[in-house]
Amino acid sequence: MAKQLTVFLENRPGRIKSVSDILLENNLNIWAFSIQDRGEFGLMKVIVDKPKQAHLALVEKGFACAIKEVFAICAKDKPGNLEKLTTLLLQNEVNIADAYGFVSPNDRQGMCFLEIKNPQKVDIARVMATAGFEILDDEKLYEL
Amino acid sequence: MQVNYWNKAIETIDRQALRDMQLRQLRHTIDQAVKTHFYQRRLGKVGIQSGNDVGSLDDLQKIPFTTKDDLRQNFPRGLLAVDPEQVVRMHSSSGTTGIPTVIYLTQEDLDQWTELVARSVVATGCTKQDVFQNMMSYGLFTGGLGLHYGAEKVGMMVIPIGGGNTQRQVQVMRDFKTTAVHITPSYLLHIHSRLEEFKVTPKDLFLRKAFLGAEPYSENTRCKLQDLYGIDAYNSYGLSEMNGPGVAFECVYKQDMHIWEDMYLVEIIDPATGTPLPDGEKGELVLTILRRDAMPLLRYRTRDLAFLHQDPCPCGRTHRRLSRILGRTDDMLIINGVNVFPSQIEEVIMGVPDVGTNYMIRLDKHESLDRLTIQVEIYSKMFTGDASEIDALKNRIKERLKASITINPQVEIHEPGSLPVFEGKARRVIDNREKL
Repeated sequence: MAKQLTVFLENRPGRIKSVSDILLENNLNIWAFSIQDRGEFGLMKVIVDKPKQAHLALVEKGFACAIKEVFAICAKDKPGNLEKLTTLLLQNEVNIADAYGFVSPNDRQGMCFLEIKNPQKVDIARVMATAGFEILDDEKLYEL
Repeated sequence: MQVNYWNKAIETIDRQALRDMQLRQLRHTIDQAVKTHFYQRRLGKVGIQSGNDVGSLDDLQKIPFTTKDDLRQNFPRGLLAVDPEQVVRMHSSSGTTGIPTVIYLTQEDLDQWTELVARSVVATGCTKQDVFQNMMSYGLFTGGLGLHYGAEKVGMMVIPIGGGNTQRQVQVMRDFKTTAVHITPSYLLHIHSRLEEFKVTPKDLFLRKAFLGAEPYSENTRCKLQDLYGIDAYNSYGLSEMNGPGVAFECVYKQDMHIWEDMYLVEIIDPATGTPLPDGEKGELVLTILRRDAMPLLRYRTRDLAFLHQDPCPCGRTHRRLSRILGRTDDMLIINGVNVFPSQIEEVIMGVPDVGTNYMIRLDKHESLDRLTIQVEIYSKMFTGDASEIDALKNRIKERLKASITINPQVEIHEPGSLPVFEGKARRVIDNREKL
């Protein structure tokens, strides 16, 4: 599973930059990110190539930062894939806690990072695989 | 100007006759006080066994001060000077470290307090024709019940509505043609800001007078309120340790508050040295209550800063006048009329493991009301990355603070290490409200 870093940030100018500065200093590569606005603070969610190293670097600089496992789901870029994904989740009564997705324009590949409530309840990997979605394992994600 | 009295003989008493009366009452009060172990020991040390050992009012200076700490250390009944079955009422205020301060009253003590409040409201020109809406909260806080009984005694119709619920307050003011209110200035401003929403103008109301109290405010605020509503607004002063409202009140001339000297021996001292200061000089107000058998307090340090003056008042009252309260000698905050010590807030924050130990307290005005914001830092090790857990944390801190200080604060969560760090004396309170 993908290891997502969640960083607690105050909602004021320069805070996201402070995270990207540290990642750059450590020569870490960002694959995906999303920002959640919660009023006086926000949560920055980042997927990087070396999550443990990034976590250590951020914590050392005093950030409140947590690592959480999320599903990295891969599919061909074509109409109806999100509909298919959400239908599957509904059929299995899975509630989405958080998700963000993007398409890599060159290889027409869709990516979705998915966090669900009670992941142990359902064998998501099997459900996804039967529908033709690929869940990237650690080897594919981090040992390229 | 029309001047009314409730008790003209006392209110306009000759100063020498007043001093004779004070000496008699001081002796009586000391006789009561030595019935408690606390005062028996404390007064014994300075050679006072009974009221007879006090030759003149100057002997007051021999008596050590009583402080809020003394009240806390004697919680709950150490300062009770009568048989408990003679007590008919208690009031209490929240304490700085969780120990409240309690006062007790016999029926006669209550009657004395009610007498002062009756004098006070009549001094503002109120009569039994007035309809009085008491918007101070009832309960352990003395602000509500104190004015209530005095106004009833005068024969005013009392509406014991208490604080809050602005729409209902305005509705009741219209329906019952309220002419006088007892209220904090910030709440009276707030009500005005919402009148339009209820399709009411001040002209639709029958309000003539407001008794302002329970929080500090400037002369500008008083003038603004008078203009906004077309009313007369009167300053008042009281504290629960000295019964509550009615200690000092303005008369129709509104030039500072007459302090009822047949009930209180009044001193202004230098808070650093304890030396008495002459009239006109600003210092800490020290009060001795002269007519409360259940719980005498001698030379009680109020922690309020003010000055006294003796200039003759056109109303004819001979009791000296007390300036508005100009500040505090301690760090007590007054938030929408509620007294809060920063240490109470600190205690709550230290009891929450999910936040760091650094914090800030911010006060702002929001729609004329005080708004308390507590800023805390999230504790890195407890951070799970879940936004809903942060919301739950904020609510937990809010609820604990509400339970401790009775005020609903805003809680802001900040990054670790982002709040100021103090090497010397911490200055954690940022007060952005109007300065006096």
